[in-house]
Amino acid sequence: MIPGLFNYWMVVFLMMAGLYVVIVRGNLIKKIVGLNIFQVSVFMLYITMGKVTGGTAPIATGVEDTVYSNPLTSVLILTAIVVGVATTAVGLSLTVRIHEAYGTLEEDEIREADEIREAEENA
Amino acid sequence: MIGDNLPALLVILPLLAAPICLLLRRGTPSWVLATLTAWTALAISWTLLGEVQANGPIEYQMGGFDPPWGISYNIDVVNAYVMLIVTAVASAVFPFARESVEDEIPASKHHLFYAALLLCFTGLLGMLITGDAFNVFVFLEIASLSTYSLVSMGRSKRALTSAYQYLMMGATGGTFYLIGVGLLYSLTGSLNIADLADKLGDMETNRTMIAAFCFLATGIGLKLAVFPLHSWLPNAYTFAPSVVTAFIAATFTKVSFYLLARLTFTLMGPDLSFEHFYLDKILLPLAIAGIFVGSLVAIFQTNLKRMLAFSSVAQIGYMVLGLSLLNVTGLTGGLVHLFNHALMKGGLFMVMACVMLRLGSVHIDAFKGLGRRMPITMAAFVVGGLSLIGVPLTVGFVSKWYLVLGAIEAGLWPVAVAALLSSLLAVVYIWRVIEVAYFEEAPEDAEPVDEAPWSMLIPTWLMIGATVYFGIFTDTTAGIAAEAAKALMGGGA
Repeated sequence: MIPGLFNYWMVVFLMMAGLYVVIVRGNLIKKIVGLNIFQVSVFMLYITMGKVTGGTAPIATGVEDTVYSNPLTSVLILTAIVVGVATTAVGLSLTVRIHEAYGTLEEDEIREADEIREAEENA
Repeated sequence: MIGDNLPALLVILPLLAAPICLLLRRGTPSWVLATLTAWTALAISWTLLGEVQANGPIEYQMGGFDPPWGISYNIDVVNAYVMLIVTAVASAVFPFARESVEDEIPASKHHLFYAALLLCFTGLLGMLITGDAFNVFVFLEIASLSTYSLVSMGRSKRALTSAYQYLMMGATGGTFYLIGVGLLYSLTGSLNIADLADKLGDMETNRTMIAAFCFLATGIGLKLAVFPLHSWLPNAYTFAPSVVTAFIAATFTKVSFYLLARLTFTLMGPDLSFEHFYLDKILLPLAIAGIFVGSLVAIFQTNLKRMLAFSSVAQIGYMVLGLSLLNVTGLTGGLVHLFNHALMKGGLFMVMACVMLRLGSVHIDAFKGLGRRMPITMAAFVVGGLSLIGVPLTVGFVSKWYLVLGAIEAGLWPVAVAALLSSLLAVVYIWRVIEVAYFEEAPEDAEPVDEAPWSMLIPTWLMIGATVYFGIFTDTTAGIAAEAAKALMGGGA
């Protein structure tokens, strides 16, 4: 069996790892990967919360004293997964168009290109 | 029958109109549909506000399931007031959009543009009306995702990177909010805001609660663009299509501010928020810093859309200042500034859209001699600018009046002085434009320009005229804002 708080420790680890990638990485695709890891950690948090030890799936069996897990958190996460997929889709399509426009996916190269263009416009 | 279901219709109408735009496949019919939807929504929220003022808060149960199991829509003076702001801005901006959109966005994308605009509108209204904490997250993401795509439709290729940056910060903020809601659910087993507030009120303060509060406040702070979480805002406002800037500048931050007020006053209650979490002690310095940094940076901008964007950072500071003063007068100032800032910033960004349409640029050099070349448009800028400064007889004065009174009431003299001093900074950045527009000659080789079309001037002047009207007849707005502030401070939903 998994000892008590193992899931929560994993949630915290993934959450921090994902957020770190979002902040530190300069590659636009890697940032989206980081965002996904960050979001998945929250899904795990919710589902772990709803799990009752020894509980089964919440389908009425007719047997008395059955222990059920809380289905609501899983249902909420179904919605959150959809939101996550949509965010990833928008993010990736923006990335494609950024690559078409700039020819690179590195944040510092994009910034450089913008600065050069701005300097040219002001000159 | 229809009368009973107004709260649901308010959200469902724009939600249904969006896919219909996709089916229409043409710009003009989509524009007509969007405009009609906005006007209907305005009528509905006007009716709801009247009903709430006459008969007290409304609770609407989605599908007839009792809360806290079912999702309920709760309307009181506070969100009815903010809904009126959002629908009023939409009713002015949507009819205004046509010419500007035709100029800035390729014809094949017009119907998609209006669909995204309507989805954003749906999300904003949903966030305001719902009484369910998780539902807020869903609507928040609907509004945000459509805003990212709207921002990316800007003409410059920097619109893409701005939208990407906005997406990263926005999605992080949304996820923070989700974590906060999850932690609250693990504490109480409830998602209904009123029910959560009851259960949290009975509980001893514990670490989960503190963590939840921090995540929620930071997540909402990111969406609200509270200094120093504002870094997505200037780029997004600058490079988005002009109409989108006018719409989101006047609505999105207002709705986020409403969420922050709901979180601190209704969900957590003033006791928890301020006695245990010291939210006021954190927000007050951030608000003051935001006001000064935003205004100072605005002075040095050459792109006027960017200048107004930084001014928005400062104006958000004023709203947050009102919230952190902890008295009814201050909060009234913050809430009345929601309405006032929506009017003046919406109006000013609409002026920018008019200039963009005729000149193709909003660089300060393009404004040389514009006072004579586009007199009606520039007059709107002057009036809006005066309001931003806070000159008497404009709405800006009303908000500052309440904020300064609130600061004095709270015994914070330096804050009152700071709020007044910061107005001087606004004088500098607005005057700079007026000087260029009225006291400098247009370059010799400048091509003659027409005044902006009437379809754009009329909505612009409606917004700008309203800043003067509500600056003189202050009773309506300040009255409702005071009522809302009392409802929030009283702790009741």
